[in-house]
Amino acid sequence: MWAYFTRRVLIAIPTLWVVITVAFFLMRLAPGGPFDQEAPLPPEIMANLKAAYGLDQPLWWQYLNYLGGLLQGDFGPSFKYKDFTVTELIGQGFPVSIQNGVAALTLTILIGIPLGAMAALRQNSSADHAAMTVAMTGIVIPNFVVGPLLALVFGIWLKETVFALPVGGWNNGAFENRILPVICLALPFIAYVARITRASLIETLRTNYVRTARAKGLPFRMVVLRHAFKTAMIPVVTYLGPATVFLLTGSMVIETIFSLPGIGRYFVQGALNRDYTLVMGVTILAASLVIFLNLFVDLAYAWLDPKVRYE
Amino acid sequence: MSTVLEINHLTVSFDTPDGAVQAVNDVSLLVEEGECVGLVGESGSGKSQTFMAAMGLLADNATVSGAIHFEGSNLLTANEKELNKLRGERIAMIFQDPMTSLTPHMKIGRQLAEVLIEHRGVGKAEARKQARAMLERVHFPEAERRLDMYPHELSGGLRQRVMIAMALMCEPAMLIADEPTTALDVTVQAQILDLLMEIKDSLGTAIVLITHDLGVVAGLADRVAVMYGGRIVEKGAVADMFESPAHPYTQGLLACTPRLDEDITALVTIPGQPPNAQSLPGGCSFHPRCTYVTERCKAERPILETTAKYRAKACHLDALEAAE
Ligand SMILES: Nc1ncnc2c1ncn2[C@@H]1O[C@H](COP(=O)(O)OP(=O)(O)O)[C@@H](O)[C@H]1O
Ligand code: SF4
Ligand SMILES: [Mg+2]
Repeated sequence: MWAYFTRRVLIAIPTLWVVITVAFFLMRLAPGGPFDQEAPLPPEIMANLKAAYGLDQPLWWQYLNYLGGLLQGDFGPSFKYKDFTVTELIGQGFPVSIQNGVAALTLTILIGIPLGAMAALRQNSSADHAAMTVAMTGIVIPNFVVGPLLALVFGIWLKETVFALPVGGWNNGAFENRILPVICLALPFIAYVARITRASLIETLRTNYVRTARAKGLPFRMVVLRHAFKTAMIPVVTYLGPATVFLLTGSMVIETIFSLPGIGRYFVQGALNRDYTLVMGVTILAASLVIFLNLFVDLAYAWLDPKVRYE
Repeated sequence: MSTVLEINHLTVSFDTPDGAVQAVNDVSLLVEEGECVGLVGESGSGKSQTFMAAMGLLADNATVSGAIHFEGSNLLTANEKELNKLRGERIAMIFQDPMTSLTPHMKIGRQLAEVLIEHRGVGKAEARKQARAMLERVHFPEAERRLDMYPHELSGGLRQRVMIAMALMCEPAMLIADEPTTALDVTVQAQILDLLMEIKDSLGTAIVLITHDLGVVAGLADRVAVMYGGRIVEKGAVADMFESPAHPYTQGLLACTPRLDEDITALVTIPGQPPNAQSLPGGCSFHPRCTYVTERCKAERPILETTAKYRAKACHLDALEAAE
């Protein structure tokens, strides 16, 4: 099995290379460039700027240059945030996004799974219907509606009470500042995980081996936890892999609503500004996370289902 | 002999979006200490649900009435906690499909041991030792090594042996075997049936053997009950039933059972379709398929009448011979 995972890690290198290459050339296909402004710059200044960043060179040369830099761990300078390297920008933004992402992921697991399991065990009761209606609402209302709504309630209506919460800014990661964005980020994921858990546990409780466990006279709690739970978690893990990438790389919408200096905003801003190197940097980071989490999900499968063996 | 299990006027129906399904109708059955009772009938005749009711394992949409007495308790009115004291300890059940009846992510040793840990409160090491001993008792080869295997690493026959060992961990008074060999290869089938008989003789466990195959019952059961459309249509001692079947359905089943002393070229089947539990025919449920059918059969349901000790049939015909 470890040979298998070593191989997977090695395969990750060419995979990343393909992602980098495709992203690099795709971005250059988009019209415009990093130095385009509303009032066009004089041609001499434009030429100087391009020369300074090497954009006057042939594309293949820029590409090889970029790869060469990457091999030395250099992601290049940002084209838009002058005086900053991409490494510096990611170094500032990523910790913000990752802290909120981990908090949201924790909430998703700690609330979503028990909520779904409780709904499954009380299938078709009013508690089940209530939980699933709330979950459905959480899924269909977009977070650019939930975010301002939370801000309205906790920032304005409850302003004079003990429940008042800051509605924007990072404030060095102060706890109060993170409550609303983390809740807003986590809500749809909690809802999804609750629904998946419910459906999957209901299905598992109908299996023959759960019937066997009941026929053995085990208390129902033990039947659920020991015999049904692991199998029921397989679809949840499948969903959580990609969801984690999304949570950790920051949501542009939430970072914008709550004015957080995270990486999600850099990515969208970077793309709009044609900040080639910044977009490449964030893409590489996200792709690496995808590869790493897929590996993690595969490991989790092997733990949940002993039939899964990697050769 | 004392009675282990007594089913009285059991009725099970299921609520479905398309209406009620009458799965079991007014079934009464006795199981005496240490005997083997065969329950035979086509698929859908209500055999499994009769004993699911006894185990408290009916689906949520089921409604039951009647009584099932087991060692002084009525299993139909017992709550989950009372049932859990009996299930796995005094009354055990194994199922048709050994491939899916064991928990896939637990080692078999642990699945066996947990029965003892739960019911007897023994320690893990002791439970494992007894699990191994029970596996050896059901002739499970290389028991020690295989305690740490997962179910998918075993063949169907071995898994059914694990199921049987698991059912016997607490030496229950009664074992319900629901089509224990249907999913297995023919050679393995015979081995599993031999094992069940050995258990009956050495442990004195009463066995209910549910099957659609009258041939399986012939060599093993002391008494047989035949079910059709959720009702028992005939019951009696096994030799009597085979010698002189009194109900046309039993006779049909017997004709379909290949016998070793006959050279069968064409397999006989009872003509017509098994009844739909959702819309059972009026009168005698078997009448659309019966060669002896009369107007009375269509209008009036025959009641199960006792004709001799242990012997009963539900048919308007006085005797089959009379009609022939
Ligand atoms: N949960 C359920 N809902 C509706 N119908 C059911 C349910 N369980 C069993 N049945 C029906 O009950 C009837 C008897 O089933 P069963 O006892 O399993 O038959 P068998 O004799 O093959 O063991 C069948 O018609 C089956 O479709
Ligand atoms: S009652 Fe009539 S229809 Fe039913 S089995 Fe007897 S003879 Fe046949
Ligand atoms: Mg059945």
